[in-house]
Amino acid sequence: MTTAKAFTNEQYAKLGAVIDQKKDLRNPLIEILRIAQEIFGYLPVEVQEFVASRMNIPVSKVHGVVTFYNFFTMTPKGKHIINVCTGTACYVKGALRVIQMLTEQLNVGMGETTMDGLFTLSAVRCVGACSLAPVIVIGEDTFGRIEKSDQVKEIINRYS
Amino acid sequence: MKYYRSHILVGINEAAKQAGVDVFVNKLQDQISTAGLADEINVLETGPLAFFGRGICLTILPENVNYENVAIEDIVELVEEHLLKGRPVHRLMLDSAAQFKPKFNYDRRIVLKNSGIIDPESIDEYLGAGGYEAWEKALLNMQPADIVNEVKASGLRGRGGAGFPAGLKWSFTAPLNAEQKYVVVNADEGEPGTFKDRLIMEGDPHQLLEGIMICARAIGASMAYIYIRGEYKLCIARLEKAIKQCHAYGILGRNIFDSGFDLDIGIKIGAGAYVCGEETALIESLEGNRGNPRWKPPFPGVKGLWQYPTVVNNVETLANVPFIIKNGAAEYRQFGTDECTGTKVYTILGDVAYPGLCEVDMGATLRTVINEYGGGMKKGFKFKAALVGGAAGVILSDRMLDVKMDFVSLNQYAAVLGSGAILVMNEHQSIVDMLWSILRFFRHESCGKCSPCRIGTQHLYDLISKIRKGEGSMDDVEMLHTIALTMKQTSFCALGQSPIMAIASALDNFRDEFIAITKK
Ligand SMILES: Cc1cc2nc3c(=O)[nH]c(=O)nc-3n(C[C@H](O)[C@H](O)[C@H](O)COP(=O)(O)O)c2cc1C
Ligand code: SF4
Ligand code: FES
Repeated sequence: MTTAKAFTNEQYAKLGAVIDQKKDLRNPLIEILRIAQEIFGYLPVEVQEFVASRMNIPVSKVHGVVTFYNFFTMTPKGKHIINVCTGTACYVKGALRVIQMLTEQLNVGMGETTMDGLFTLSAVRCVGACSLAPVIVIGEDTFGRIEKSDQVKEIINRYS
Repeated sequence: MKYYRSHILVGINEAAKQAGVDVFVNKLQDQISTAGLADEINVLETGPLAFFGRGICLTILPENVNYENVAIEDIVELVEEHLLKGRPVHRLMLDSAAQFKPKFNYDRRIVLKNSGIIDPESIDEYLGAGGYEAWEKALLNMQPADIVNEVKASGLRGRGGAGFPAGLKWSFTAPLNAEQKYVVVNADEGEPGTFKDRLIMEGDPHQLLEGIMICARAIGASMAYIYIRGEYKLCIARLEKAIKQCHAYGILGRNIFDSGFDLDIGIKIGAGAYVCGEETALIESLEGNRGNPRWKPPFPGVKGLWQYPTVVNNVETLANVPFIIKNGAAEYRQFGTDECTGTKVYTILGDVAYPGLCEVDMGATLRTVINEYGGGMKKGFKFKAALVGGAAGVILSDRMLDVKMDFVSLNQYAAVLGSGAILVMNEHQSIVDMLWSILRFFRHESCGKCSPCRIGTQHLYDLISKIRKGEGSMDDVEMLHTIALTMKQTSFCALGQSPIMAIASALDNFRDEFIAITKK
């Protein structure tokens, strides 16, 4: 499901304005990419090329940064990203079981997006909520002590 | 200021938010008004409380009664019984639920002394608690060299992992002539199982800011950056608010207190990579690049951000500084041991009765920390092992429960205090499995700059996966050790040098488990 969506001129114009505004700050690349990802949802090569040429820096530099940080993604994501913490504390408390419950209920594997484009399943490192382990994070919301599949179902329903 | 008969502290953290604390607080206030108590009872939303309970937690002062897992349905009873009639609701009390009285060691706290007591979003409350007195003293009554000397004399060591003496670090940067210097706060907190810095920032953001200010004055920096994980949204919001308040009060900005000293503090949000916690990688990331570590020397203290002298310190390290400046090094040395002074903030996790956070004198034993602050083992479980220090830490067995938790004593087990994460495992959990999870972490977080670590972490992961499936031999187990040792000797930065600690300690303390699984 990675067919590139056509992006609108409006999106590019918006990003262009952001870049022009920030370009003279000292190395604002990460910040600009953050905003670009907000605008486009993800950072395919064409967006990276746009950023590079507008900032007048090599594409390789942009690509290097995009691929380095977990936050950036080059494939489109679902409306909600379900981040399962696989940090040590969550792992010990059953993160793998949580992943299993999620993959069964959503019918997708890790890193994949559901057919309806609603959810992407992904793993994150410790999110610093270990006393609630095992933890999943969706957007701004943190859910802890995920032990039963009913809990998982209820959480998914909230976002469906 | 209004005088209240009683204060209800509501702990606001992720757990409470999840339990719907916002609605709860509104309802509670309504009920208090309905009961006609609005002028007598103050509801205060604060950071993490002194204990870590389930769901929404409350502390009622002055009687110091702690409630956990309070629901909206309980509000009426709580107001009627406790607030009107003065009879605590036993059913909801923390102590009766778990037969465990958490330690309220506020008299032995430095970093968390305000946490759970004042409203972290109010600068007035911080000022009321004696806040920014140290900053004023440092700025108006002390020379930069005095500050550095005081911090040196305090014996404060870095709390970010390596334990480097903070005063010594500052003393390298302070005398340098440069048109610009920086303070960078390492709030990237990436060690799995660690969230002390998050709670320090959520509970008392102004104290961190004050520590930053004093450091900036000591080394002559006019700009400071807090490099913080993007996931720490509540911290970011509170810090931003706190910085704004400081500007409004003239505590930050130009010509502070008419001293001629200028300072601003900015927040930079990380984009997620464990290696960015390494100070030179963090600087690269601040400059907008991939977070690959730089070669040291030159150290950041000489050539750091944009090649200017830069002091990088951990959140907890800086949060200790106001106390030292305000009360003097001698007072600070009353805490901890001679060699390792002060306190340490730990996060205790896993199979203990009360997972959470505590602040304890340096040199307390692991047993004390687990039993007295974590409430001991969870009912029905036996202690097997503790992973101390996160992924870059060591796995200790029950024979080591009496080790003193400080930088020097832990050396005896080739262990480190690291980030202060203590993950307790029960007798049913597998050390091999734990090691697998750690090595998978390193494989994922290796930045790929140098080959020993890039290739080594992959090999370690492949080997441990094979062993975990029961398909490995003892030769494979030995190979784990050999590879990790080579990585320790040849890796470019401390990330690649770390896996040996978990591997060696697992093999030393739990060799039987490896023998058993390879025999299958
Ligand atoms: C891979 C790696 C990750 C690190 N992560 C952190 C971190 O999350 N927070 C931190 O304060 N220090 C971290 N450090 C240590 C820093 O490099 C540095 O020593 C520390 O920020 C210095 O501050 P301190 O002297 O106050 O401890 C890390 C080091 C390495 C090698
Ligand atoms: S040791 Fe690992 S993390 Fe450090 S520079 Fe080498 S590859 Fe990168
Ligand atoms: S390990 Fe999952 S939140 Fe820390």
